[in-house]
Amino acid sequence: MRVAVPVFPGSNCDHDALHACGTIMGWETIPVWHQETRLPEGTELVFVPGGFSYGDYLRCGAIAALAPIMADVKRHADNGGLVLGVCNGFQILCEAQLLPGALLRNESLRFIHTDVHLRVERADLPFTRALKAGEVFRVPIAHAEGNYTLDPMELADLEARGGVAFRYCSERGEIGESHVPNGAMNGIAGIVNLKGNVLGMMPHPERAVDPKLGPTGGLGMFFSLADSFSRA
Amino acid sequence: MKVRVSVQLKPGILDPQGKAVEQGLHGFGFAVDHVRIGRLIEMDVPGTDPEEVKARALAMCEKLLVNPVMEKASIEVL
Repeated sequence: MRVAVPVFPGSNCDHDALHACGTIMGWETIPVWHQETRLPEGTELVFVPGGFSYGDYLRCGAIAALAPIMADVKRHADNGGLVLGVCNGFQILCEAQLLPGALLRNESLRFIHTDVHLRVERADLPFTRALKAGEVFRVPIAHAEGNYTLDPMELADLEARGGVAFRYCSERGEIGESHVPNGAMNGIAGIVNLKGNVLGMMPHPERAVDPKLGPTGGLGMFFSLADSFSRA
Repeated sequence: MKVRVSVQLKPGILDPQGKAVEQGLHGFGFAVDHVRIGRLIEMDVPGTDPEEVKARALAMCEKLLVNPVMEKASIEVL
């Protein structure tokens, strides 16, 4: 099981990703500098980490989406390889057009760091197969631009094809505006592409995996990935 | 030639920054409405034909300067 973590100038969750995939899960996890043009041979998962790549200049993720390594990440995704983008990683995947939509400034204009509850909308993905549809898990968010936005027609398409992987919800799984921390349309916290191999999400599952550091609500996604790899 | 690209959020896209500035202006007693915040990009583009320079600026917008999900641009060749 080999994981590549692209590192951009300004990435700051790359070590969280390395800790979760490497130390906690025991996977071979390799940081890859953004100037590289090839992912390590045999990469199965690309974990695009959070942070403030290129200082969020122009738009969050816009410059990182053009980094040399991203061409190979696209090739990996086109070949069916798994890509997980978290927080700034999600923004980068949207800017790279691997996922639809954009992340706007939070409705409150504030940087929000808090724990949220997510409801699993798709439990059939390589990222979620150890979870159940409708299951609720708790993970942190920490972002200023997480307000997911998409053209209304495309949003309807995304919903119709089951492109929403996770939605913000209450502790009991109730959906509603009051449970959406950032103004995201339809309470969307994470989405998946048509093929189901590229997932982007604002919350940080990789920050909730180590019992020494706190709650472990993010582990379900990593167990899902472990299960996917053992089947492959 | 000097080119000015003005990038605006599309109508209908919520602009919390604009809203906050609007409230600030209201606080000073200014009667304003629909404040929207955008981005202005100025650059020198080689060439002498304004149409050709504009076309190149448009290509830059499509590639990088504008995210069509949320933004639109107007290009001015000065």
